Amino acid sequence: MADLYSVTGLHVSLADMTRKPLLGAAPRIGILHGLTFAIGRGEVVGIVGGSGSGKSTLGRALVRLLEPTAGRILFDGQDIAHLPEPALRPLRRRFQMIFQDPLSSLNPRQTVGTILRAPLALHGLPLARAAEALDAVGLPRAHLARYPHELSGGQRQRVGIARAIALRPDFILADEIVSGLDVSSQAQVLALLETLVRDFSLTLAFISHDLSVVRRLCTRIIVLHQGRIVEDAPAARLFDAPKAEYTRMLLSAIPLPDPDQPWD
Amino acid sequence: MADAAEGRGAVRRRAGLRLWLSGGWLAALAAAALLAPWIAPHDPLAQDLFAGRLPPAWQAGADPAYLLGTDSLGRDVLSRVLHGARVALFVALVAGTLTALIGAALGLLAGFYRGWVDVAISRLVDIWMAFPPVLFAILLIAVLGTGLASIIVAIVVIDWTRFARVVRAEAMAQGAMDYVASARVAGMGRLRTLATEILPNCLPTIGVLLTLEMGIAVIVEAILSFVNLSISTDAPTWGGMIAEGRLSIHQAWWVLVFPLVALFLTVLAFGQLGEGLKDRFDPVLR
Ligand SMILES: Nc1ncnc2c1ncn2[C@@H]1O[C@H](COP(=O)(O)OP(=O)(O)O)[C@@H](O)[C@H]1O
Ligand SMILES: [Mg+2]
Repeated sequence: MADLYSVTGLHVSLADMTRKPLLGAAPRIGILHGLTFAIGRGEVVGIVGGSGSGKSTLGRALVRLLEPTAGRILFDGQDIAHLPEPALRPLRRRFQMIFQDPLSSLNPRQTVGTILRAPLALHGLPLARAAEALDAVGLPRAHLARYPHELSGGQRQRVGIARAIALRPDFILADEIVSGLDVSSQAQVLALLETLVRDFSLTLAFISHDLSVVRRLCTRIIVLHQGRIVEDAPAARLFDAPKAEYTRMLLSAIPLPDPDQPWD
Repeated sequence: MADAAEGRGAVRRRAGLRLWLSGGWLAALAAAALLAPWIAPHDPLAQDLFAGRLPPAWQAGADPAYLLGTDSLGRDVLSRVLHGARVALFVALVAGTLTALIGAALGLLAGFYRGWVDVAISRLVDIWMAFPPVLFAILLIAVLGTGLASIIVAIVVIDWTRFARVVRAEAMAQGAMDYVASARVAGMGRLRTLATEILPNCLPTIGVLLTLEMGIAVIVEAILSFVNLSISTDAPTWGGMIAEGRLSIHQAWWVLVFPLVALFLTVLAFGQLGEGLKDRFDPVLR
Protein backbone atom coordinates (compact mmCIF):
# COMPACT_ATOMS: atom_id res chain seq x y z
CA MET A 1 0.00 0.00 0.00
CA ALA A 2 1.25 3.48 -0.86
CA ASP A 3 2.49 5.78 1.90
CA LEU A 4 0.03 8.24 3.41
CA TYR A 5 2.53 11.07 3.16
CA SER A 6 5.36 11.22 0.70
CA VAL A 7 7.47 14.35 0.96
CA THR A 8 10.22 15.18 -1.51
CA GLY A 9 12.63 18.12 -1.51
CA LEU A 10 10.58 20.18 0.94
CA HIS A 11 11.91 23.72 1.23
CA VAL A 12 10.34 26.38 3.42
CA SER A 13 11.59 29.91 3.72
CA LEU A 14 9.78 32.66 5.59
CA ALA A 15 9.89 36.41 5.35
CA ASP A 16 12.07 37.87 8.09
CA MET A 17 9.92 40.77 9.27
CA THR A 18 12.56 41.96 11.74
CA ARG A 19 14.89 42.91 8.89
CA LYS A 20 12.23 44.22 6.50
CA PRO A 21 13.38 47.41 4.81
CA LEU A 22 10.98 50.37 4.82
CA LEU A 23 10.15 49.77 1.17
CA GLY A 24 10.16 46.46 -0.62
CA ALA A 25 9.95 42.87 0.48
CA ALA A 26 11.50 41.45 3.62
CA PRO A 27 14.50 39.17 3.10
CA ARG A 28 13.61 35.49 3.26
CA ILE A 29 15.31 33.11 5.63
CA GLY A 30 15.46 29.42 4.87
CA ILE A 31 13.93 27.28 7.62
CA LEU A 32 13.70 23.85 5.99
CA HIS A 33 16.33 22.84 3.44
CA GLY A 34 15.06 20.05 1.23
CA LEU A 35 13.48 17.34 3.37
CA THR A 36 12.59 13.98 1.84
CA PHE A 37 10.76 11.31 3.81
CA ALA A 38 7.59 9.27 3.86
CA ILE A 39 5.02 8.35 6.48
CA GLY A 40 3.32 5.00 6.02
CA ARG A 41 -0.27 4.29 7.03
CA GLY A 42 -0.57 3.38 10.68
CA GLU A 43 2.91 4.58 11.47
CA VAL A 44 3.62 6.65 14.56
CA VAL A 45 6.50 8.89 13.62
CA GLY A 46 8.40 10.98 16.11
CA ILE A 47 9.87 14.24 14.86
CA VAL A 48 12.57 15.38 17.26
CA GLY A 49 15.20 18.08 17.33
CA GLY A 50 16.33 21.03 19.37
CA SER A 51 14.41 24.26 19.72
CA GLY A 52 14.41 26.16 16.43
CA SER A 53 15.34 23.12 14.36
CA GLY A 54 12.18 23.53 12.27
CA LYS A 55 9.89 20.86 13.73
CA SER A 56 6.83 23.08 13.97
CA THR A 57 7.47 24.53 10.54
CA LEU A 58 7.60 21.03 9.07
CA GLY A 59 4.40 20.10 10.91
CA ARG A 60 2.62 23.21 9.72
CA ALA A 61 3.63 22.46 6.15
CA LEU A 62 2.26 18.91 6.45
CA VAL A 63 -1.19 20.18 7.47
CA ARG A 64 -0.85 23.12 5.08
CA LEU A 65 -0.98 25.90 7.63
CA LEU A 66 1.81 27.28 5.49
CA GLU A 67 2.73 26.85 1.85
CA PRO A 68 6.17 25.40 1.13
CA THR A 69 8.55 27.37 -1.03
CA ALA A 70 9.47 24.30 -3.06
CA GLY A 71 9.01 20.55 -3.02
CA ARG A 72 6.15 18.12 -3.12
CA ILE A 73 3.87 16.88 -0.37
CA LEU A 74 1.88 13.90 -1.57
CA PHE A 75 -1.02 13.15 0.72
CA ASP A 76 -2.64 9.86 -0.26
CA GLY A 77 -1.16 10.31 -3.71
CA GLN A 78 -2.31 13.92 -4.22
CA ASP A 79 0.16 16.80 -4.18
CA ILE A 80 -1.14 19.28 -1.61
CA ALA A 81 2.00 21.44 -1.44
CA HIS A 82 0.54 24.30 -3.46
CA LEU A 83 -3.19 23.56 -3.44
CA PRO A 84 -5.18 26.76 -2.94
CA GLU A 85 -7.35 26.94 0.18
CA PRO A 86 -10.72 26.21 -1.51
CA ALA A 87 -9.35 23.06 -3.14
CA LEU A 88 -7.75 22.08 0.14
CA ARG A 89 -10.87 22.47 2.23
CA PRO A 90 -12.61 19.15 1.44
CA LEU A 91 -9.30 17.36 2.13
CA ARG A 92 -8.78 19.07 5.46
CA ARG A 93 -11.02 16.66 7.37
CA ARG A 94 -8.41 13.98 6.71
CA PHE A 95 -5.38 15.63 8.31
CA GLN A 96 -5.82 17.22 11.71
CA MET A 97 -3.59 18.85 14.27
CA ILE A 98 -3.31 19.00 18.04
CA PHE A 99 -1.65 22.16 19.28
CA GLN A 100 0.94 22.69 21.97
CA ASP A 101 -0.91 25.21 24.11
CA PRO A 102 -4.59 24.37 24.58
CA LEU A 103 -5.21 27.74 26.23
CA SER A 104 -4.37 29.34 22.91
CA SER A 105 -5.88 26.70 20.65
CA LEU A 106 -9.28 26.52 22.38
CA ASN A 107 -11.40 29.61 21.84
CA PRO A 108 -11.84 31.03 25.36
CA ARG A 109 -15.35 32.28 24.64
CA GLN A 110 -16.74 29.00 23.36
CA THR A 111 -17.89 26.00 25.35
CA VAL A 112 -16.26 22.64 24.75
CA GLY A 113 -19.44 21.63 22.90
CA THR A 114 -19.22 24.55 20.50
CA ILE A 115 -15.51 23.94 19.97
CA LEU A 116 -16.06 20.26 19.13
CA ARG A 117 -19.16 20.74 16.97
CA ALA A 118 -17.93 23.54 14.69
CA PRO A 119 -15.55 21.33 12.63
CA LEU A 120 -18.19 18.58 12.45
CA ALA A 121 -20.78 21.03 11.13
CA LEU A 122 -18.31 22.36 8.55
CA HIS A 123 -17.87 18.89 7.08
CA GLY A 124 -21.52 17.89 7.39
CA LEU A 125 -20.80 15.17 9.96
CA PRO A 126 -23.22 14.13 12.73
CA LEU A 127 -22.87 16.47 15.71
CA ALA A 128 -23.33 13.56 18.10
CA ARG A 129 -19.69 12.74 17.41
CA ALA A 130 -18.72 15.59 19.77
CA ALA A 131 -19.97 13.62 22.76
CA GLU A 132 -18.47 10.39 21.42
CA ALA A 133 -15.10 12.10 21.06
CA LEU A 134 -15.26 13.17 24.70
CA ASP A 135 -15.95 9.54 25.64
CA ALA A 136 -12.94 8.47 23.64
CA VAL A 137 -10.59 10.86 25.44
CA GLY A 138 -12.03 9.96 28.84
CA LEU A 139 -13.84 13.19 29.69
CA PRO A 140 -17.41 13.18 31.04
CA ARG A 141 -20.04 14.41 28.59
CA ALA A 142 -21.08 17.08 31.08
CA HIS A 143 -17.89 18.90 30.08
CA LEU A 144 -19.56 19.85 26.79
CA ALA A 145 -21.11 22.77 28.65
CA ARG A 146 -17.84 23.96 30.16
CA TYR A 147 -15.51 26.72 29.06
CA PRO A 148 -11.81 25.94 28.56
CA HIS A 149 -10.78 27.96 31.61
CA GLU A 150 -12.98 25.73 33.76
CA LEU A 151 -10.80 22.70 32.93
CA SER A 152 -7.38 21.59 34.12
CA GLY A 153 -4.38 21.63 31.80
CA GLY A 154 -4.59 17.90 31.12
CA GLN A 155 -8.35 18.10 30.49
CA ARG A 156 -7.88 20.97 28.06
CA GLN A 157 -5.35 19.01 26.10
CA ARG A 158 -7.84 16.12 25.97
CA VAL A 159 -10.38 18.49 24.45
CA GLY A 160 -7.78 19.39 21.81
CA ILE A 161 -7.32 15.70 21.10
CA ALA A 162 -11.08 15.14 21.01
CA ARG A 163 -11.49 17.91 18.45
CA ALA A 164 -8.91 16.26 16.19
CA ILE A 165 -10.26 12.71 16.40
CA ALA A 166 -13.94 13.74 16.13
CA LEU A 167 -13.41 14.25 12.41
CA ARG A 168 -12.03 10.67 12.12
CA PRO A 169 -8.99 11.87 10.21
CA ASP A 170 -6.40 9.62 8.56
CA PHE A 171 -3.53 11.63 9.99
CA ILE A 172 -2.95 13.66 13.14
CA LEU A 173 -0.06 15.97 13.81
CA ALA A 174 0.69 16.50 17.50
CA ASP A 175 3.05 19.43 18.09
CA GLU A 176 4.69 19.27 21.55
CA ILE A 177 1.33 18.44 23.06
CA VAL A 178 2.62 17.23 26.42
CA SER A 179 5.40 19.73 27.04
CA GLY A 180 3.09 22.09 28.93
CA LEU A 181 1.80 19.37 31.25
CA ASP A 182 3.01 18.02 34.57
CA VAL A 183 4.61 14.58 34.57
CA SER A 184 1.55 12.57 35.58
CA SER A 185 -0.74 14.31 33.03
CA GLN A 186 1.98 13.73 30.43
CA ALA A 187 1.92 10.01 31.08
CA GLN A 188 -1.87 9.93 30.92
CA VAL A 189 -2.05 11.87 27.66
CA LEU A 190 0.62 9.64 26.10
CA ALA A 191 -1.25 6.51 27.20
CA LEU A 192 -4.43 7.98 25.73
CA LEU A 193 -2.69 8.67 22.41
CA GLU A 194 -1.48 5.07 22.28
CA THR A 195 -5.03 3.81 22.75
CA LEU A 196 -6.47 6.18 20.16
CA VAL A 197 -3.85 5.29 17.57
CA ARG A 198 -4.84 1.65 18.00
CA ASP A 199 -8.61 2.13 18.17
CA PHE A 200 -8.94 4.57 15.28
CA SER A 201 -6.06 3.11 13.22
CA LEU A 202 -4.50 6.57 13.10
CA THR A 203 -1.32 7.69 11.48
CA LEU A 204 0.42 10.04 13.88
CA ALA A 205 3.31 12.45 13.67
CA PHE A 206 4.44 13.37 17.14
CA ILE A 207 6.69 16.39 17.47
CA SER A 208 8.82 16.70 20.58
CA HIS A 209 12.14 18.12 21.67
CA ASP A 210 12.35 15.32 24.21
CA LEU A 211 13.48 11.88 23.01
CA SER A 212 12.31 10.15 26.17
CA VAL A 213 8.70 11.15 25.44
CA VAL A 214 8.95 9.89 21.86
CA ARG A 215 10.58 6.61 22.80
CA ARG A 216 7.49 5.07 24.30
CA LEU A 217 5.06 6.06 21.57
CA CYS A 218 6.80 6.03 18.22
CA THR A 219 7.66 3.32 15.76
CA ARG A 220 9.97 5.52 13.77
CA ILE A 221 11.90 8.67 14.53
CA ILE A 222 13.03 11.53 12.32
CA VAL A 223 15.74 13.74 13.81
CA LEU A 224 15.85 17.32 12.58
CA HIS A 225 18.78 19.65 13.01
CA GLN A 226 18.91 23.16 11.57
CA GLY A 227 16.23 22.43 8.99
CA ARG A 228 17.74 19.16 7.75
CA ILE A 229 16.99 15.52 8.49
CA VAL A 230 20.08 14.09 10.17
CA GLU A 231 18.63 10.69 10.92
CA ASP A 232 15.48 8.74 10.03
CA ALA A 233 15.29 5.28 11.56
CA PRO A 234 13.02 2.79 13.35
CA ALA A 235 12.78 3.74 17.01
CA ALA A 236 14.51 0.66 18.37
CA ARG A 237 17.50 1.06 16.05
CA LEU A 238 17.79 4.76 16.71
CA PHE A 239 17.98 4.25 20.45
CA ASP A 240 20.35 1.23 20.24
CA ALA A 241 22.68 2.40 17.51
CA PRO A 242 22.32 6.09 16.68
CA LYS A 243 24.19 7.00 13.51
CA ALA A 244 24.30 10.77 13.56
CA GLU A 245 26.46 12.70 15.98
CA TYR A 246 23.53 15.01 16.75
CA THR A 247 21.28 12.06 17.66
CA ARG A 248 23.92 10.77 20.08
CA MET A 249 24.01 14.19 21.67
CA LEU A 250 20.20 14.22 22.08
CA LEU A 251 20.30 10.70 23.54
CA SER A 252 22.96 11.56 26.07
CA ALA A 253 20.78 14.45 27.24
CA ILE A 254 18.05 12.05 28.41
CA PRO A 255 18.28 11.69 32.17
CA LEU A 256 18.38 7.93 32.82
CA PRO A 257 16.91 6.64 36.05
CA ASP A 258 19.84 5.08 37.90
CA PRO A 259 19.03 3.73 41.37
CA ASP A 260 22.69 3.43 42.36
CA GLN A 261 23.56 7.01 41.66
CA PRO A 262 23.96 8.93 44.91
CA TRP A 263 22.03 12.19 45.26
CA ASP A 264 24.20 15.24 45.44
CA MET B 1 -6.17 29.95 47.71
CA ALA B 2 -8.92 31.15 50.06
CA ASP B 3 -7.39 34.60 49.89
CA ALA B 4 -7.39 34.64 46.12
CA ALA B 5 -11.00 33.45 46.01
CA GLU B 6 -12.00 36.12 48.48
CA GLY B 7 -10.15 38.78 46.51
CA ARG B 8 -12.01 37.77 43.36
CA GLY B 9 -15.27 37.82 45.24
CA ALA B 10 -14.58 41.37 46.40
CA VAL B 11 -13.79 42.47 42.86
CA ARG B 12 -17.03 40.92 41.66
CA ARG B 13 -19.07 42.57 44.39
CA ARG B 14 -17.60 45.95 43.53
CA ALA B 15 -18.17 45.29 39.84
CA GLY B 16 -21.74 44.32 40.68
CA LEU B 17 -22.37 47.54 42.61
CA ARG B 18 -20.89 49.60 39.80
CA LEU B 19 -23.06 47.80 37.28
CA TRP B 20 -26.22 48.29 39.32
CA LEU B 21 -25.62 51.98 40.01
CA SER B 22 -24.69 52.93 36.45
CA GLY B 23 -27.25 50.64 34.86
CA GLY B 24 -29.91 51.87 37.28
CA TRP B 25 -29.26 55.52 36.50
CA LEU B 26 -29.25 54.94 32.75
CA ALA B 27 -32.39 52.79 32.87
CA ALA B 28 -34.21 55.43 34.91
CA LEU B 29 -32.99 58.13 32.53
CA ALA B 30 -34.06 56.12 29.49
CA ALA B 31 -37.51 55.57 30.99
CA ALA B 32 -37.80 59.26 31.83
CA ALA B 33 -36.69 60.21 28.31
CA LEU B 34 -39.17 57.86 26.66
CA LEU B 35 -42.05 58.97 28.89
CA ALA B 36 -41.07 62.66 29.02
CA PRO B 37 -44.15 63.91 27.11
CA TRP B 38 -46.40 62.22 29.67
CA ILE B 39 -44.50 62.55 32.94
CA ALA B 40 -43.07 66.06 32.50
CA PRO B 41 -45.25 68.32 34.66
CA HIS B 42 -45.13 71.20 32.16
CA ASP B 43 -44.58 71.94 28.50
CA PRO B 44 -40.78 72.41 28.30
CA LEU B 45 -41.25 75.35 25.91
CA ALA B 46 -44.09 77.10 27.74
CA GLN B 47 -42.93 80.47 29.08
CA ASP B 48 -44.52 82.23 32.02
CA LEU B 49 -42.84 85.58 32.53
CA PHE B 50 -44.65 86.05 35.82
CA ALA B 51 -43.10 82.84 37.18
CA GLY B 52 -39.48 83.50 36.20
CA ARG B 53 -36.56 82.27 38.31
CA LEU B 54 -38.64 80.42 40.85
CA PRO B 55 -36.38 78.40 43.17
CA PRO B 56 -36.69 74.61 43.65
CA ALA B 57 -39.73 73.47 45.63
CA TRP B 58 -37.94 73.03 48.98
CA GLN B 59 -36.67 76.62 49.10
CA ALA B 60 -38.44 79.73 50.38
CA GLY B 61 -40.56 81.55 47.81
CA ALA B 62 -41.01 78.46 45.64
CA ASP B 63 -44.10 77.33 43.76
CA PRO B 64 -44.65 73.59 44.48
CA ALA B 65 -45.84 73.15 40.87
CA TYR B 66 -42.24 73.71 39.75
CA LEU B 67 -40.27 70.99 41.51
CA LEU B 68 -36.81 72.08 40.32
CA GLY B 69 -37.73 75.74 39.84
CA THR B 70 -37.97 77.77 36.64
CA ASP B 71 -35.51 79.61 34.43
CA SER B 72 -35.49 83.32 33.61
CA LEU B 73 -38.27 82.87 31.05
CA GLY B 74 -40.41 80.95 33.53
CA ARG B 75 -39.91 77.54 31.89
CA ASP B 76 -40.02 74.49 34.14
CA VAL B 77 -36.45 73.19 34.76
CA LEU B 78 -37.55 69.61 35.53
CA SER B 79 -39.53 69.34 32.30
CA ARG B 80 -36.64 70.73 30.33
CA VAL B 81 -34.14 68.33 31.95
CA LEU B 82 -36.46 65.42 31.11
CA HIS B 83 -36.89 66.47 27.50
CA GLY B 84 -33.16 67.20 27.31
CA ALA B 85 -32.56 63.55 28.24
CA ARG B 86 -34.45 62.53 25.08
CA VAL B 87 -32.02 64.46 22.91
CA ALA B 88 -28.93 63.33 24.85
CA LEU B 89 -29.82 59.62 24.85
CA PHE B 90 -30.96 59.65 21.22
CA VAL B 91 -27.63 61.10 20.12
CA ALA B 92 -25.73 58.71 22.40
CA LEU B 93 -27.51 55.66 21.06
CA VAL B 94 -27.47 56.48 17.36
CA ALA B 95 -24.04 58.11 17.16
CA GLY B 96 -22.44 55.51 19.47
CA THR B 97 -23.85 52.56 17.55
CA LEU B 98 -22.97 53.92 14.12
CA THR B 99 -19.45 54.81 15.23
CA ALA B 100 -18.97 51.35 16.70
CA LEU B 101 -20.30 49.56 13.62
CA ILE B 102 -18.16 51.46 11.13
CA GLY B 103 -14.99 51.66 13.24
CA ALA B 104 -15.12 48.07 14.49
CA ALA B 105 -15.80 46.66 11.02
CA LEU B 106 -12.81 48.46 9.53
CA GLY B 107 -10.63 47.56 12.51
CA LEU B 108 -11.57 43.88 12.26
CA LEU B 109 -10.84 43.76 8.54
CA ALA B 110 -7.48 45.51 8.93
CA GLY B 111 -6.36 43.43 11.90
CA PHE B 112 -7.47 40.06 10.56
CA TYR B 113 -6.69 40.25 6.85
CA ARG B 114 -3.46 42.25 7.30
CA GLY B 115 -1.65 42.93 4.02
CA TRP B 116 -2.88 45.68 1.74
CA VAL B 117 -6.27 45.87 3.48
CA ASP B 118 -4.45 46.81 6.67
CA VAL B 119 -2.14 49.25 4.91
CA ALA B 120 -5.08 51.03 3.27
CA ILE B 121 -7.20 51.27 6.42
CA SER B 122 -4.29 52.21 8.70
CA ARG B 123 -3.16 55.00 6.36
CA LEU B 124 -6.70 56.33 6.25
CA VAL B 125 -6.83 56.33 10.06
CA ASP B 126 -3.49 58.15 10.28
CA ILE B 127 -4.56 60.84 7.86
CA TRP B 128 -7.93 61.18 9.56
CA MET B 129 -6.40 61.61 12.98
CA ALA B 130 -4.15 64.42 11.76
CA PHE B 131 -7.21 66.74 11.82
CA PRO B 132 -7.89 68.44 15.17
CA PRO B 133 -11.28 66.97 16.18
CA VAL B 134 -12.98 70.13 17.48
CA LEU B 135 -12.10 72.09 14.37
CA PHE B 136 -13.20 69.12 12.30
CA ALA B 137 -16.56 69.05 14.09
CA ILE B 138 -17.24 72.76 13.69
CA LEU B 139 -16.22 72.58 10.03
CA LEU B 140 -18.58 69.67 9.45
CA ILE B 141 -21.48 71.43 11.18
CA ALA B 142 -20.75 74.52 9.12
CA VAL B 143 -21.04 72.46 5.96
CA LEU B 144 -23.95 70.24 7.02
CA GLY B 145 -25.89 72.90 8.89
CA THR B 146 -27.00 72.68 12.52
CA GLY B 147 -29.34 69.99 13.75
CA LEU B 148 -29.28 66.61 15.42
CA ALA B 149 -28.46 64.70 12.23
CA SER B 150 -25.37 66.83 11.66
CA ILE B 151 -24.21 66.28 15.22
CA ILE B 152 -24.55 62.54 14.79
CA VAL B 153 -22.71 62.59 11.47
CA ALA B 154 -19.97 64.72 13.00
CA ILE B 155 -19.46 62.32 15.91
CA VAL B 156 -19.36 59.27 13.65
CA VAL B 157 -17.04 60.88 11.13
CA ILE B 158 -14.60 61.99 13.81
CA ASP B 159 -14.64 59.08 16.22
CA TRP B 160 -14.71 55.94 14.06
CA THR B 161 -10.90 55.97 14.14
CA ARG B 162 -10.95 55.33 17.90
CA PHE B 163 -12.74 52.02 17.31
CA ALA B 164 -10.75 51.16 14.21
CA ARG B 165 -7.40 51.49 15.96
CA VAL B 166 -8.25 49.60 19.13
CA VAL B 167 -10.23 46.85 17.42
CA ARG B 168 -7.50 46.39 14.81
CA ALA B 169 -4.94 45.74 17.53
CA GLU B 170 -7.30 43.34 19.28
CA ALA B 171 -8.13 41.45 16.07
CA MET B 172 -4.42 41.16 15.32
CA ALA B 173 -3.70 39.71 18.76
CA GLN B 174 -6.60 37.28 18.44
CA GLY B 175 -5.56 36.32 14.91
CA ALA B 176 -2.21 35.12 16.23
CA MET B 177 -3.88 32.67 18.62
CA ASP B 178 -3.83 28.98 17.82
CA TYR B 179 -7.61 28.71 17.85
CA VAL B 180 -7.56 30.61 14.57
CA ALA B 181 -5.01 28.19 13.10
CA SER B 182 -7.18 25.39 14.44
CA ALA B 183 -10.24 26.77 12.64
CA ARG B 184 -8.20 26.79 9.45
CA VAL B 185 -7.10 23.19 9.97
CA ALA B 186 -10.79 22.34 10.41
CA GLY B 187 -11.46 23.90 7.00
CA MET B 188 -13.24 27.05 8.12
CA GLY B 189 -13.25 29.95 5.64
CA ARG B 190 -11.60 33.28 6.47
CA LEU B 191 -14.72 35.41 6.70
CA ARG B 192 -16.49 32.84 8.81
CA THR B 193 -13.49 32.58 11.12
CA LEU B 194 -13.59 36.36 11.50
CA ALA B 195 -17.31 36.32 12.31
CA THR B 196 -17.54 33.30 14.60
CA GLU B 197 -14.09 33.07 16.22
CA ILE B 198 -12.45 36.52 16.23
CA LEU B 199 -15.45 38.84 16.57
CA PRO B 200 -16.81 37.26 19.79
CA ASN B 201 -13.39 37.72 21.36
CA CYS B 202 -13.35 41.39 20.36
CA LEU B 203 -16.90 42.10 21.59
CA PRO B 204 -15.94 42.93 25.19
CA THR B 205 -13.47 45.53 23.91
CA ILE B 206 -16.04 46.89 21.46
CA GLY B 207 -18.65 47.01 24.23
CA VAL B 208 -16.44 49.04 26.56
CA LEU B 209 -15.53 51.42 23.74
CA LEU B 210 -19.19 51.71 22.76
CA THR B 211 -20.33 52.80 26.22
CA LEU B 212 -17.42 55.27 26.41
CA GLU B 213 -18.41 56.57 23.00
CA MET B 214 -22.00 57.06 24.17
CA GLY B 215 -20.69 59.17 27.04
CA ILE B 216 -18.57 61.15 24.60
CA ALA B 217 -21.59 61.65 22.32
CA VAL B 218 -23.56 63.07 25.24
CA ILE B 219 -20.74 65.53 25.97
CA VAL B 220 -20.29 66.51 22.33
CA GLU B 221 -24.00 67.14 21.94
CA ALA B 222 -23.94 69.28 25.09
CA ILE B 223 -20.89 71.22 23.89
CA LEU B 224 -22.40 71.90 20.49
CA SER B 225 -25.66 72.97 22.13
CA PHE B 226 -23.63 75.14 24.47
CA VAL B 227 -22.07 76.97 21.52
CA ASN B 228 -25.42 76.99 19.80
CA LEU B 229 -24.55 74.63 16.97
CA SER B 230 -27.10 71.99 17.93
CA ILE B 231 -30.87 72.21 17.48
CA SER B 232 -32.77 75.49 17.84
CA THR B 233 -31.82 77.57 20.85
CA ASP B 234 -34.94 77.26 22.92
CA ALA B 235 -35.35 73.53 22.36
CA PRO B 236 -34.58 71.76 25.63
CA THR B 237 -31.03 70.39 25.58
CA TRP B 238 -28.72 70.01 28.56
CA GLY B 239 -25.96 71.97 26.82
CA GLY B 240 -28.35 74.80 25.98
CA MET B 241 -29.66 74.90 29.55
CA ILE B 242 -26.11 75.00 30.92
CA ALA B 243 -25.29 77.89 28.57
CA GLU B 244 -28.35 79.84 29.72
CA GLY B 245 -27.92 78.91 33.37
CA ARG B 246 -24.35 80.18 33.31
CA LEU B 247 -25.65 83.70 32.64
CA SER B 248 -27.85 83.75 35.72
CA ILE B 249 -25.71 81.68 38.05
CA HIS B 250 -25.91 84.26 40.86
CA GLN B 251 -29.67 84.76 40.70
CA ALA B 252 -30.77 81.22 39.86
CA TRP B 253 -28.13 78.50 40.40
CA TRP B 254 -30.70 75.74 39.79
CA VAL B 255 -30.96 76.50 36.08
CA LEU B 256 -27.29 75.60 35.69
CA VAL B 257 -26.84 72.92 38.33
CA PHE B 258 -29.60 70.42 37.52
CA PRO B 259 -28.76 69.87 33.84
CA LEU B 260 -25.07 69.82 34.78
CA VAL B 261 -25.64 67.08 37.36
CA ALA B 262 -27.72 65.09 34.87
CA LEU B 263 -24.97 65.42 32.26
CA PHE B 264 -22.22 64.48 34.70
CA LEU B 265 -24.02 61.44 36.07
CA THR B 266 -24.92 60.22 32.60
CA VAL B 267 -21.40 60.46 31.21
CA LEU B 268 -20.02 58.79 34.33
CA ALA B 269 -22.66 56.05 34.17
CA PHE B 270 -21.84 55.21 30.55
CA GLY B 271 -18.16 54.79 31.39
CA GLN B 272 -18.89 52.62 34.44
CA LEU B 273 -21.50 50.56 32.62
CA GLY B 274 -18.97 49.34 30.05
CA GLU B 275 -16.46 48.23 32.65
CA GLY B 276 -19.18 46.69 34.80
CA LEU B 277 -20.69 44.71 31.93
CA LYS B 278 -17.29 43.40 30.94
CA ASP B 279 -16.49 42.25 34.47
CA ARG B 280 -19.89 40.67 34.91
CA PHE B 281 -20.57 38.88 31.66
CA ASP B 282 -17.21 38.00 30.19
CA PRO B 283 -16.94 34.22 30.68
CA VAL B 284 -13.16 34.49 30.54
CA LEU B 285 -12.94 36.86 33.48
CA ARG B 286 -15.71 35.19 35.41
N1 LIG C 1 6.88 33.31 11.18
C1 LIG C 1 8.23 33.19 11.19
N2 LIG C 1 8.99 34.13 10.58
C2 LIG C 1 10.32 34.02 10.58
N3 LIG C 1 11.00 33.04 11.17
C3 LIG C 1 10.32 32.06 11.78
C4 LIG C 1 8.88 32.08 11.83
N4 LIG C 1 8.47 31.01 12.52
C5 LIG C 1 9.58 30.33 12.88
N5 LIG C 1 10.69 30.96 12.44
C6 LIG C 1 12.08 30.49 12.63
O1 LIG C 1 12.16 29.23 12.05
C7 LIG C 1 13.00 28.39 12.83
C8 LIG C 1 12.29 27.10 13.12
O2 LIG C 1 11.17 27.37 13.91
P1 LIG C 1 10.21 26.20 14.44
O3 LIG C 1 9.76 25.40 13.27
O4 LIG C 1 9.15 26.83 15.26
O5 LIG C 1 11.19 25.36 15.33
P2 LIG C 1 10.86 24.27 16.45
O6 LIG C 1 9.41 23.98 16.42
O7 LIG C 1 11.70 23.10 16.07
O8 LIG C 1 11.31 24.84 17.75
C9 LIG C 1 13.39 29.17 14.06
O9 LIG C 1 14.70 29.61 13.89
C10 LIG C 1 12.44 30.32 14.08
O10 LIG C 1 13.08 31.46 14.58
MG1 LIG D 1 7.85 24.23 17.90
